[in-house]
Amino acid sequence: MPESIAIRVTINGQPYERSVESRLLLSDFLRHTLELTGTHVGCEHGVCGACTVLLDGEAVRSCLMFAVQADGHALTTVEGLAPNGETLHPLQAAFREAHGLQCGFCTPGILMAMVPFLQQNPNPTEAEIRDALSANLCRCTGYQNIVEAVRLAAGRLTET
Amino acid sequence: MATRYFGKPIRRNEDPRLLRGEALFVDDVHRSGMLHVAVLRSQYAHARLLGIDASAARERPGVVAVYTADDLGDLNQPGPLLVTPPPIERLVFHERTQRQLATDKIRYAGEALALVVAESRYIAEDALTDIFVDAEPLDVAVDVEKALAPDAPRVHEDLPSNVAAHVIQEKGDYAAAQSRADVVVKRRFVYDRGTAAAMENRGVVADWDGKSRRLTVWDTTQAPIPVRNALAAVLGLSESQVQVIAPFIGGGFGPKIMFYPEEFLVPWVAMRLGRPVKWIEDRQENFFGTTQERGQVHEAELALTREGRILGVKDVFLHDTGAYDPYGLTVPINTQCTLLGPYDVPNYYTEFTVVFTNKTIVTPYRGAGRQHGVFVMERLLDLAAKELGLDRVEIRRRNYLPPEAFPHNHEIIFQDFAPLVYDSGNYAPILDRVTEMIGYEQFVGEEQPRLRAEGRHVGLGIVSYVEGTGIGPYEGARITVEPSGMVNVAMGVGTQGQGHYTVFAQVVADQIGVDVDKIQVVTGDTREFNWGTGTFASRGAVVAGNACHAAAVVVREKILRLASDELEVAEDDLELGGGRVYVRGAPQRGIDLGALALKANPMRGAVKPGTEPGLEATSYFGPERGATASGVHAMILEVDPETMMVEIQRYVVVHDCGRVINPMILEGQMHGGVAQGIGNAFYERLVFDDYGQLLTASFMDYLLPTATDVPRVETAHQETPSPLNPLGVKGAGEAGAIPVAALFAQAVEDALAAYDLEICEIPLSPNRLFEMVEEAKEGA
Repeated sequence: MPESIAIRVTINGQPYERSVESRLLLSDFLRHTLELTGTHVGCEHGVCGACTVLLDGEAVRSCLMFAVQADGHALTTVEGLAPNGETLHPLQAAFREAHGLQCGFCTPGILMAMVPFLQQNPNPTEAEIRDALSANLCRCTGYQNIVEAVRLAAGRLTET
Repeated sequence: MATRYFGKPIRRNEDPRLLRGEALFVDDVHRSGMLHVAVLRSQYAHARLLGIDASAARERPGVVAVYTADDLGDLNQPGPLLVTPPPIERLVFHERTQRQLATDKIRYAGEALALVVAESRYIAEDALTDIFVDAEPLDVAVDVEKALAPDAPRVHEDLPSNVAAHVIQEKGDYAAAQSRADVVVKRRFVYDRGTAAAMENRGVVADWDGKSRRLTVWDTTQAPIPVRNALAAVLGLSESQVQVIAPFIGGGFGPKIMFYPEEFLVPWVAMRLGRPVKWIEDRQENFFGTTQERGQVHEAELALTREGRILGVKDVFLHDTGAYDPYGLTVPINTQCTLLGPYDVPNYYTEFTVVFTNKTIVTPYRGAGRQHGVFVMERLLDLAAKELGLDRVEIRRRNYLPPEAFPHNHEIIFQDFAPLVYDSGNYAPILDRVTEMIGYEQFVGEEQPRLRAEGRHVGLGIVSYVEGTGIGPYEGARITVEPSGMVNVAMGVGTQGQGHYTVFAQVVADQIGVDVDKIQVVTGDTREFNWGTGTFASRGAVVAGNACHAAAVVVREKILRLASDELEVAEDDLELGGGRVYVRGAPQRGIDLGALALKANPMRGAVKPGTEPGLEATSYFGPERGATASGVHAMILEVDPETMMVEIQRYVVVHDCGRVINPMILEGQMHGGVAQGIGNAFYERLVFDDYGQLLTASFMDYLLPTATDVPRVETAHQETPSPLNPLGVKGAGEAGAIPVAALFAQAVEDALAAYDLEICEIPLSPNRLFEMVEEAKEGA
């Protein structure tokens, strides 16, 4: 059996210590080792963006990283967006309000891509939102209501 | 009945779970001791399979088992024919379905040859490389036309040719109509393959509990009940021993309706090994192992009078079904039956030949052949308009069936085995609305000439279509008011993002006076509801929706009857609302539905003969035939003559799917359909080489449209209720995608009018447009 390597990561504020094979993808580590299944896998070649998570606050494709590369880093997954269980994160709430999801499979990756985008660009134009979204594929919505949701959330996040 | 919820843009009940990452998808299922499967797939498109040596794979540490066709023995039978051909005279159909694992011959690249079962997916994939496949490559039938040549390699050698089916349907006398026509427009049209590319790939998890003798299967299927039935049959189990759960499904679009080999093999392995087993398709496998669509070549002609009135249509086409034909003739029959569109066509000759090729199997994908028919008809009308010097809007308007023509019998047989009869429709107002919304006169008369004078290549498209939706056979629903006051709605159809948890709750809410968020819809679990067929053919809202309505009506009656006894008031004097039943005019005199539900579960001594417990009802709905939706799409686009990239500047949809349950969800369906249509028209193409190898088997090569490619879609609705169901609804799931290719072609031709192109093929691409323009320049 291949050699295991001990790693330590913090995910949604909680520390984890595991031994993993060096070839284990970060996406599989999250989903299958830790059973944080909110992060989805759509293509495993870095195009669809469904597996997007935050690594030290920046959006990364977890299917294009190995778990060992996350050693010592802090990750945020969709489960960490609204941790208290009752309320939704303003971006999540806006997606519901604007009908920015249908099957919901690509949604976690889009949320995790848009969180840092809105931090870096709190008042984006529609063209900027579309450009940022073009890193994620959605097969259900035609993107229009996702654009609406991001715009709605941008307005609310800057108000607060 | 007050309609507080029906027709309103109610936010979706299912969203919080999906947004938090808490919704269960098949790959999220974890079971203790679970094993993982990887499938060995053929590298060759056509080969004689001489042997498979899996001994090295079996010895790899972590590998539990490897199975080939030999291990399956008698279980390795051809899969089921899911849809039998309709009863059409002189119909020829050769049923050839795929075995679970290939035996003596490989018929397409990607066909499953062996399974590796291992402690992890990583090990299972490692072991695939240990397997030696001894195969002798054969000549390959790839192109649908060449596959019909007398010396073409035969996909199924027991058949005299690659003809899988042949169907002729006729209405009136086309030859006579053609002989008296002033104008006959005749062209060849090619519509090539694409794939649904749902963001979630397929997957199956199976768990056999030997002690309770029950099999639980989580499956990314659109049709959990038929899968349960098929599994029970092939595994020799009672249907009650098998539970199939289609949890949240990450997009379906058609290809998840099948009964794939993996849907049998994974449960079979779980039973054989006595351990839970998971198989999740990866994206590359999806490009080979999941069914595809499209691939037709049409020779079509339209006969008209000088005034542009249609006298008849003749269409003879080839349909590429790939290596097998498990879904019968649904796709080409949809093509045949959708071509007529909203038009009055007195004479129609339609003939198709279905052809086996050494490619992935073709089954319905959103539109399911309808877009091919629309493409042919709309393109013929555009060409005719040009030849007759008629406006493209006017030629359509002149040929619309008038509102008094319904029901209108087209005299040919539709996919639901019934004659193609349009139940209702009112087309001209939709066209008027679209021309107004897109500013047709203003664009054509002023803006386009002005922009052209500036050297810009802008064009407009406007096309019509109909969609046969909501076909049978039936669906059902069981509604239960629980003592908590919550209402449970159990149904058989699975959901893949269409908002079933919300729209069906809306239908129920109005009948029994309960808020939508107090209604829990359970769908896609065979343990919860036992009868039904599935989610396909834009039928969920029509068939399952009306079943919900029927059950809700009965529950309402039960509520009123019991409340009348309890409150000692006549039923007619009672009202329902806010989760209560109360006396009209005296709302304080009433009872909560939860409390009433408790009373409906009688204690000892309180039972009268004939008592049925509960505020519960199960009802079914089966329509006599499908309901015909319709619409008009228009777009304005600009072509960059340097790069041949297309920018869509406006996109307008006016759609009539009868009464609208939830306009927010309906518009979402339109947006998504249009996006898929745009992908199909300009970005997506499955390219096969001469050896039957797919060259575009990744998202780097098969381009799905992104947020910068898909425009804002402006929508409006017209409501012409269907007389075929109590809710008056028609299906809407596929409509967005159906006319886009025809629209795109017309608009691009208009934008590039200077080159006088004729676009008779789909998909296009910047490269292909460049070639067409270069050819036009050379010709000129």
